[in-house]
Amino acid sequence: MLALLDGVSYAGLLFLVALGLTFIFGVVRILNVAHGSLYACGGYAAATLGLWMGQGGDSLALSLGALLGGALLVGIVLGTVLMLLLRQFQDRDPILQLLVTFGAFMIFEDLQRMIWGTQPYFVSDVVNQMGTSELLGVVYMNYQLLFVPGAAVAVYLLLQWFLRRTLMGRQIVAVTHDREVATAMGINAKRVAYLTFVVGAMLGSLGGALASPTTSLVPGIGADMIVLSFAVVASAGLGQISGALIVALMIGLARSFCVYLMPEMEVVMPYVIMVLVLLMRPQGLFTVAQARRI
Amino acid sequence: MRYTIYGAVALSVVVLGLAAAFPWLKLPLILALCYGLAALGIVVLLRAGQISFGHAMYACIAGYVVAYLSQRFPHLDGFALIGLGTLASLVAGMLIGAFVVRYREIFFGMLNLALSMVLFTLLGKFYAYTGGTDGLRVGRPTLLGVELARNGFETALLVLVLVCSLLVIWGVQRYFRSSAGEALMAMKSNEMRLEYLGISAKKLLWQGYVLSAGLCGLSGALFGLSQGLVTPEMGYWLRSGEFVFIAILGGSGHAVGAFVGALLYEFLKMYAAVLVSGAWQLLLGATLIVIIYFLPSGLTGLLRKRRAALGGEQ
Amino acid sequence: MFKRTAMTAGLFAFTLASLASGPAFAEAKPASLPVGITTFMSGPASVFGMPAKEAAQIYLDELNAAGGIDGVKVDPIYIDEGVGGDRLLSEYRRVVQEQGAKVMLASISSGNCNTLAPVAEDLKVVNILWDCGTEKAIEGHQYQYIVRSQANAVTEMVASVLYLLKMKPDFKTIAVVNQDYAWGRDSWDIFQSTLKALKPDVQVVAELFPKFGASDFSAEVSRLQVLRPDVVLSTSWGGDLDTFVRQASQRGLFKTSRFFLALGESSLERLGSSLPDGVLIGARGDHYFLEPRYVNDPKHKAFVEKYKAKTGVYPIYSVYHMMQALDAMTAAYKKAIAANGGQWPDEEQLAKAFRGLEFRGLTSPVTIRPEDGQGLEDQLFGTTTTSPDYKFKVLKDIMIVPALLVTTPAGQATPEWLKTLKPELLDKVSLLDKQQ
Repeated sequence: MLALLDGVSYAGLLFLVALGLTFIFGVVRILNVAHGSLYACGGYAAATLGLWMGQGGDSLALSLGALLGGALLVGIVLGTVLMLLLRQFQDRDPILQLLVTFGAFMIFEDLQRMIWGTQPYFVSDVVNQMGTSELLGVVYMNYQLLFVPGAAVAVYLLLQWFLRRTLMGRQIVAVTHDREVATAMGINAKRVAYLTFVVGAMLGSLGGALASPTTSLVPGIGADMIVLSFAVVASAGLGQISGALIVALMIGLARSFCVYLMPEMEVVMPYVIMVLVLLMRPQGLFTVAQARRI
Repeated sequence: MRYTIYGAVALSVVVLGLAAAFPWLKLPLILALCYGLAALGIVVLLRAGQISFGHAMYACIAGYVVAYLSQRFPHLDGFALIGLGTLASLVAGMLIGAFVVRYREIFFGMLNLALSMVLFTLLGKFYAYTGGTDGLRVGRPTLLGVELARNGFETALLVLVLVCSLLVIWGVQRYFRSSAGEALMAMKSNEMRLEYLGISAKKLLWQGYVLSAGLCGLSGALFGLSQGLVTPEMGYWLRSGEFVFIAILGGSGHAVGAFVGALLYEFLKMYAAVLVSGAWQLLLGATLIVIIYFLPSGLTGLLRKRRAALGGEQ
Repeated sequence: MFKRTAMTAGLFAFTLASLASGPAFAEAKPASLPVGITTFMSGPASVFGMPAKEAAQIYLDELNAAGGIDGVKVDPIYIDEGVGGDRLLSEYRRVVQEQGAKVMLASISSGNCNTLAPVAEDLKVVNILWDCGTEKAIEGHQYQYIVRSQANAVTEMVASVLYLLKMKPDFKTIAVVNQDYAWGRDSWDIFQSTLKALKPDVQVVAELFPKFGASDFSAEVSRLQVLRPDVVLSTSWGGDLDTFVRQASQRGLFKTSRFFLALGESSLERLGSSLPDGVLIGARGDHYFLEPRYVNDPKHKAFVEKYKAKTGVYPIYSVYHMMQALDAMTAAYKKAIAANGGQWPDEEQLAKAFRGLEFRGLTSPVTIRPEDGQGLEDQLFGTTTTSPDYKFKVLKDIMIVPALLVTTPAGQATPEWLKTLKPELLDKVSLLDKQQ
């Protein structure tokens, strides 16, 4: 009942971030540890833009604009930087590539600290502007109850439409499925990879931007979020978009229920789920079985 | 064999020399060597081509066992505590390893990560039993029955950790040279062929996994005892990441690499914090990327190249 | 082969020789006095820790300008508690051993105090517990070098219960939302025990412990909205408290329950209008820039003006605690020097000087008990109300509780002493009867 509603909002945020991660993995086959920084920087950028555009103001449009603007900016800038960096290591061991993203994560953490400082940021105008609703005697913020899950679903639908109906989208699907064959058919895999990377980065920073009004931004939120997104992505199956939505929902609801029934287990739940899923279905819940190549 | 002796002597000279010149460095040196032990555990797995982002949990398990025992049984000797802590990690490694060795690559890493996060969050939550995020204190035990004041205790611990490290270097290097160790390396290139030879890859990986869990456990037990404090942070994924960083820095060519890497890492961290306070993570991240670009086999990789150049002698 | 043996032998001898030499004793007046100060400089708790750093800077600049302590300038070394207990411990040791700090002020977090106190005692360096509340840092140990220049959790929580019962004598249910670490847990234990002794018929409907530094309390707020307790207690502080209050306020939780924020004074200005009227506030001592008895006191007034000029905001209780600790340090040195015949004291003499020390920070005087080094300071409580002069809430219905009434006597164990409390204790305290 009520636990459901709390869980849905949290699931929405988780899905957006995990979506970016799984999207990137699908195409470049790298698990991007720096995704956590994208989340954090997206949040910070959104907060800064929000402050710049008028703290305490009443314009909903401006607040939303700040959020989206921050996300887009960070996604494009950091996404490009990461892409260029990874290109230098293109033919190396995937483990080394993962470590490169880990190094990038450390660099971004400090850059973030240097740009935005160590004091917490709290820019929650958009939450106040959206008002509240009352359900079963409990007052909820519309932002958390409707906007965030709504945005997550909207992004999901948009992405599915993009991947299935547009040429670019189908090219991405082709490259994800089999890069070699796609290149043989004339698709510029490099450009496709770049585009996907930037889109994935933007999704990560969008997650951060949407999270920023309800949480206080401090150094270290990137590290916490990255492990959670890993949990979602690994459980769903790497590269599975619909799977990520379902798993994110699962984790969000499980966590909510925990707060009501067993508050002590609340933080453990996502990882327990991940362990159980991986033990039962090592490839993730929704991965299509692939033939083993010898 | 010659390289092992050179490496061991160089290591001892550096460590003891620094400790003598700057007595306050004793504890940081002990901690650096502990990191080296854990990184060596990662190196063992690296040889099989697998990376675990959750091995800090074994250090954590050993540390908490040490802390818990020292609180419950204050008269237990330091050696007993270290032994029991390491044993706990070995047992955990055996149990967890049995499940985990079925996975490879990303999933291996992810599963280890997940398990370590479960441990981390559990330790942080159950305040009454584990001290929560504040952690547990570890009192100063006797060492082989001798009660020591702080200075003497730190010196004794430093010598103990150094001796452990040297023994471990020798032992692990012999393991690398043994048939089991060489077969482990074969797993990296083609596991299927190994199976065709009649060797169970899973069993091989399990052996390597238990060894690495034991090394991380030893590291954690010594760490907890030296710090006097164990916190859930000992099992956080960033800590595992640090172990991996050091393992890459040192390279998997020779067991001593992990320790050289660890000392380098600690000093980088310490002086980066002093010189460019607030940007030390940046420095470390950049160093990691640079190392991967120019020296993907780490510092000991240089050794390999030199050996190959000399005609592949022992 | 020979060269290697000689090298090893020589090194061995060198090692033995240097290890045999003990530490040098410095009893001559030093050129400068390095003092280590731990505070939160990063993370959500930094909104609480940075003001204290500013205050320390003001105090020490003034002190050094006047010549320092007996002519010795004080050199502060700030350590960030935000790096976590592990790294803090290493930093602490390094500052004491490498930089030779002679006095340490540590720390804010009760968890860190529990960790650092034994280490300080081990290193034989005087450590002033300048802000942490847990009584367990001192109680039960026989420390020589650890002192506390402020009250502890027992004083504060027992006094809190008294204020709550004075202001809201009939309530049936209570819920607690505390940070999940030493302070959050210990403070609740004491509050609960006291409440049981003074008003046994109260029912605890929820005990929620979100993690320290949590950024989202939506689930806790939802739970409380369902349970609707009469009173919600929180001993949270810093960024955590700010976020919690904002989120609770947005969703109307303040309308359904009466809130008691035992450490709320530190968030009054930051929260502004997010904090409604009628909230019960504690200040961990009589630390309030509008303290009725000291608002016109020259020392207090001058400092508040100076602080506001430098930082743009009014001082909060972390600032008061810092000033108290530094005043205690200066007073102790003066006392030790006098007792030592004008000579600079060593660590042991300095530690002794703290016992029985009486000093004054910005408001009322504080005494450090000679038996265990625990500080005794009176406690202030108030209720929020709007004021035309300030953009944030101020306090009315102020009550001052004397420390001796509500602190575990030296040598006794807190859990046992709490059981001996009687409801008659409530008659011994009353409101200050001054409107703010």
